[in-house]
Amino acid sequence: MNSEPARIELNEKWCKGCGICIAFCPAKVLVAREDGKPLVENPEACTRCGLCELRCPDLAISVGGKQHGGKN
Amino acid sequence: MSVKDLVDRYCRVDKLPHIWCPGCGNGIIMGAVIRALDKTDFDQDKTVIVSGIGCSSRAPGYMNFDTLHTTHGRALAYATGVKFARPDLNVVVLTGDGDCSAIGGNHLIHAARRNIDLTVVVFNNSIYGMTGGQFSPLTPAHSYASTAPYGSIDRNFDLCKLVQAAGGTYVARSTAYHARQLVNLIATGLNHKGFAFIEVVTQCPMYYGRRNKFPSPVDMLKWQQEHAVPVKAAAKLSPEQMAGKFLIGELHREEAPEYTAVYETDVIAKARGDIN
Repeated sequence: MNSEPARIELNEKWCKGCGICIAFCPAKVLVAREDGKPLVENPEACTRCGLCELRCPDLAISVGGKQHGGKN
Repeated sequence: MSVKDLVDRYCRVDKLPHIWCPGCGNGIIMGAVIRALDKTDFDQDKTVIVSGIGCSSRAPGYMNFDTLHTTHGRALAYATGVKFARPDLNVVVLTGDGDCSAIGGNHLIHAARRNIDLTVVVFNNSIYGMTGGQFSPLTPAHSYASTAPYGSIDRNFDLCKLVQAAGGTYVARSTAYHARQLVNLIATGLNHKGFAFIEVVTQCPMYYGRRNKFPSPVDMLKWQQEHAVPVKAAAKLSPEQMAGKFLIGELHREEAPEYTAVYETDVIAKARGDIN
């Protein structure tokens, strides 16, 4: 695991605030803002599993860094 | 590959963001198709994506390949034509439950019967979303639709069993929730020489979810998580324990002569006079 916290980026224009990334993050990295879009509250906990990317219907969230692990 | 690199390479960025509703699974499946194509060795310029009509059939419009957005139910007919004329191309069909199993149902069984080398991804969201939530042949029995205000009394198809019985040589099922498995199943289907069929159980939060007591897209993904049973796990369960659940994973795989290859050896070669 990289010691540096993950850089999770959101494409504000594409995100529709469905809440899927927030609900299913195994490490509870994200919380909902008032508009329903994710706020990265806990980047240190991110394991870079990439599930938020895979389940985002809008291709709007990305996890910086190359290391991907974890399972469904 | 990062999401940005995937999008830049495989999407028509000027067409995004897409028009699908918040939480719609279509975007998850489109992303899985793109990732699966990225995992294979197929040339992007030799890959053709074909769709019919419906919400899901809009996907090729966002994808940076040679694409065909065809008529309702006929994606497989057009795709058969493309593959037959140019067997060197990698042909992928994106279709919905209504498109594929109702008006396109006959094309489906005959494409499977011929074992033509296509990869078909069915976006099964249990409803006709684009036209306002009418029930489809895959709407689960007793669930609600705009055309079934008291619940649908029709029994829903098991489309995977249908395709296997018709002669399809690779049959798999996954869900939008199981997105990582989905990528792998689609990639295996793409590499399979023959008719590859992947059903994806996905969510329509607007026209199916609202009528069927799913307050949000998240609830629909939780339903997928709780009701999908991997093939290996299902082998240890009784029919009672499997009631109301469905199988995910690779359901069937066999080797059989592929249609365009047989056409080359058994028709073209004879017509040319190479063999009697």
